[in-house]
Amino acid sequence: MNKWSRRGGAVLGRFDRQEAAVVRGLVSQVQDMLRARAEEAPQDELAQLTGIRTGPSTPPDDPILSRLLPDFHRLDPDAPDPAEVDSAAALRSLHEPELLDLKTGVAGVVLATCPPDGGQVRLSQEQAEAWLAALNDVRLALGTALDVQEDMPDELPPDDPRAPHLGVYHWLTWVQETLVEVVMG
Amino acid sequence: MTTPVEHERTQVDPVGEDVAFEDRPWQTLVWNDPVNLMSYVTYVFQKLFGYSRDHATKLMLDVHHKGRAIVSSGSKDKVEADVAKLHAAGLWATMQRSS
Repeated sequence: MNKWSRRGGAVLGRFDRQEAAVVRGLVSQVQDMLRARAEEAPQDELAQLTGIRTGPSTPPDDPILSRLLPDFHRLDPDAPDPAEVDSAAALRSLHEPELLDLKTGVAGVVLATCPPDGGQVRLSQEQAEAWLAALNDVRLALGTALDVQEDMPDELPPDDPRAPHLGVYHWLTWVQETLVEVVMG
Repeated sequence: MTTPVEHERTQVDPVGEDVAFEDRPWQTLVWNDPVNLMSYVTYVFQKLFGYSRDHATKLMLDVHHKGRAIVSSGSKDKVEADVAKLHAAGLWATMQRSS
């Protein structure tokens, strides 16, 4: 992977086979998690009639999904305001289906434009913006799994089980950072 | 937030938007987190809210240094929509009634 570049209206990048496999693998995993969450949504006849979908009213138990699908209010974990708890539940139920669609959608753009065997990636501005959001979701997922902190070292001690995965996280950070630069122009 | 490159901009918008918040009933907050890139957060504020690079950068630095920033305000519907868009972009956003 060299830095992203812009030629005319297109954003260009090049991934080797292994890099493409890493990107596609992680994006697919996040997409699968989001789809599984979408399947948990309550099914009712009224929603099917009206077309108004409702999602679950409670946040996911899984910390990665919980980070990707935040509450609409910041609730005090020890003494949450009951009115805010109710409001957060209602807002989640209302907005989560669309949020899941958007996140699985940007993941789909990456999977459709990143060649499985590696090679050139050629993106429109809109596709590049979808890549930014999808890469961010993957970094949020990996960052949550690795318990990434603000002052994360480049490498962890070799006996830390997270050590081999941190390199992937840092590489994705670089891929996203250089893409932001090109997209912002 | 995090950044792999050292190019923090420090220009500060002299006319903060905070003064105008008083008569707006709801606020959109963005909270600091250790994953989101400073450049990406700035980009999201520009793209979603149409803010200038300088204003978006100021808000991003507020999030980074103070732990949170109010990034928009208005009716409940408007702020609700703003939070939904920020969630789609992967930012940790919440809404609250103005105090």
